Amino acid sequence: MSTLSQTTEVVDPVPGAGAPHLPGQPDLVQLLTPEGERVEHPDHPLDVSDDELRSLYRDLALVRRWDVEATALQRQGELGIWASLLGQEAAQVGAGRALAADDMAFPTYREHGVAWTRGVDPLDVISLFRGVDQGGWDPVERRFNLYTVVIGAQTLHATGYAMGLQRDSAEDAALAFLGDGATSQGEVNEAMIWAATFSAPVVFFCQNNQYAISVPIERQSRVPLFRRAAGFGFPGVRVDGNDVLAVLAVTRSALAAAREGQGPTFIEAFTYRMGAHTTSDDPTRYRLASELEEWKLRDPIARLKAYLSRSGIADAGFFAGIEAEGDELAAHIRKGTLEMPDPAGTEIFDHVYAEQTPELARQRAEFVAYHASFEGEGH
Amino acid sequence: MSETLTIGKALNLGLRRAMEDDAKVVLMGEDIGRLGGVFRITDGLQKDFGEARVVDTPLAEAGILGTAVGLAMRGYRPVCEIQFDGFVFPAYNQIVTQVAKIHARSKGRLPMPIVIRIPFGGGIGAVEHHSESPEAYFAHTAGLKVVAVSSPADAYWGIQQAVAHPDPVVFLEPKRRYWEKGQVDTGATPGALFSSRVVRGGDDVTVLAYGPMVKTALQAAEAAAEEGRSLEVIDLHTLSPLDLEPVYESVRRTGRCVVVHEAPTTLGLGAEIAARVTETCFHSLEAPVLRVGGYDTPYPPSKLEEEYLPDLDRVLDAVDRSLGF
Repeated sequence: MSTLSQTTEVVDPVPGAGAPHLPGQPDLVQLLTPEGERVEHPDHPLDVSDDELRSLYRDLALVRRWDVEATALQRQGELGIWASLLGQEAAQVGAGRALAADDMAFPTYREHGVAWTRGVDPLDVISLFRGVDQGGWDPVERRFNLYTVVIGAQTLHATGYAMGLQRDSAEDAALAFLGDGATSQGEVNEAMIWAATFSAPVVFFCQNNQYAISVPIERQSRVPLFRRAAGFGFPGVRVDGNDVLAVLAVTRSALAAAREGQGPTFIEAFTYRMGAHTTSDDPTRYRLASELEEWKLRDPIARLKAYLSRSGIADAGFFAGIEAEGDELAAHIRKGTLEMPDPAGTEIFDHVYAEQTPELARQRAEFVAYHASFEGEGH
Repeated sequence: MSETLTIGKALNLGLRRAMEDDAKVVLMGEDIGRLGGVFRITDGLQKDFGEARVVDTPLAEAGILGTAVGLAMRGYRPVCEIQFDGFVFPAYNQIVTQVAKIHARSKGRLPMPIVIRIPFGGGIGAVEHHSESPEAYFAHTAGLKVVAVSSPADAYWGIQQAVAHPDPVVFLEPKRRYWEKGQVDTGATPGALFSSRVVRGGDDVTVLAYGPMVKTALQAAEAAAEEGRSLEVIDLHTLSPLDLEPVYESVRRTGRCVVVHEAPTTLGLGAEIAARVTETCFHSLEAPVLRVGGYDTPYPPSKLEEEYLPDLDRVLDAVDRSLGF
């Protein structure tokens, strides 16, 4: 069995050489093996209490339960689409829990695990996928920006936000999320150039889940992604993205460095999208079942559970409690989704501008009058 | 307090005032710091306000707009200079998919008070991508506002008003008129940012223009007057939202309307204006609304731009055709 902890020579992706993640990853930061064994890394120590460990497990389990419920709701026609995070829970929860209260996160559209750590109501996220809203939550209050669908655009927003932090002499940092596919975008490369040039307090957190919908990582890069950072002039780290402890440690230290004025870091969280790209996707068309089976052995939740059980930090009662809490969460999500009201039609006009234009006010009035003209006609 | 200024100098002074009025105003762009911009619009500002407020950016237009979004989220008011009109397209994604939508998506929680300054239009004998008129792309995009100034006074006040405005404003500067002079009364009460202006009264035909074509329209009115024809010239000034009440009032009197712009005619601002004038003033019209614009070709090599761009004669030709109905 091949595992991430093997230290055979890294194979850089060259055409025809196979996937870059096989067979071994000597550069991979890992604090918890796939078997649930706690290991140390000389550069990335982590001081974590038993309470914190249990709470990390709780986050991972509840986020997965939310994700499973949302996928079911989509299958039942209650959501237009759902972008599952299955398999990426540790990368997201680890990164989210590394944030300080006033740090600002800039997600893609799959960061439900980060949203959870920022206290965003799952129903606010669901509202996007149900077609009820295009924003969802208060990004200022939650310190969690709106989801960004255009690939990579948010990395520039995070960098600009970090430039604002510099001007305010604020001791916070920005955390920009992106995927492996996004690293091919021009805007992402521009963001890294800007961040480096201005030494902006921003961390780029790339979840390399091996696929951009159907296109494998070899089509995006001929070098391991974390090595790209060197070309921009800042550190790059590859972390086991299925190891919540390693992700937490690496992201914490990168954010600390950013706050201390040391500039950006690029983190490649090496993980795997165990589900489809979205509920509209069919991964059987582009990847082998055996690959998924192999990654199941590296499941981010199973390894923490194994560690907590074996070390006696959590017992069966704890896990049963989390399970029950998950069922409650799922019921809350289901009920809230089914009861979610449709928005009022006039809402489309109301926030286009801070200062409404006469033309849009006229169109709004026309819209209201038009729909009012059907009243009593059974429409 | 009235002084004679070029449009370029009026913009420079207006930006200076805007920066003095609000410490959150940050200028960003290529070559705008030490050099003062390729047109010197930001001349001297970095020296006086420092490198944190007048930022010589990396050469990446998407980066300028994308980081401006982040700065705006942090409470800043970025004023982005796009060096030439043809270079706005690398930033088009950020402008259209992000800048324009974030206020709506966030239900007003994330205001985007970003000004995008673009020297636009032709007539300077430049190589390609330096003479474009991209205004329709932005006027077509919900969430943006678009203004085109034509005089030193409107440049001076307009840039300050755009910077103070809470919505994103694409601010179009008529580059071939940067050196034109006019009176600016810095103690006056300025006209509203989103309003059109009647710049010459007349009774026979209403001529609409904006940016660099306002001067051309005024020259045409001067020439027409010598032939006993009275043209009313309206400077649209705001392209999104349009302010057409003064236009409707005028067309109801003249019954004739000609719209002039440098941009290609098909689906240009003139098309929208013709539709609205027709819808609103149908019973007053003596002739169809006519358009004078660029041809539907790529902007030509500079030796041909005089034939491509609307000039006095092409405006008068349209006036003749309108009066011929």
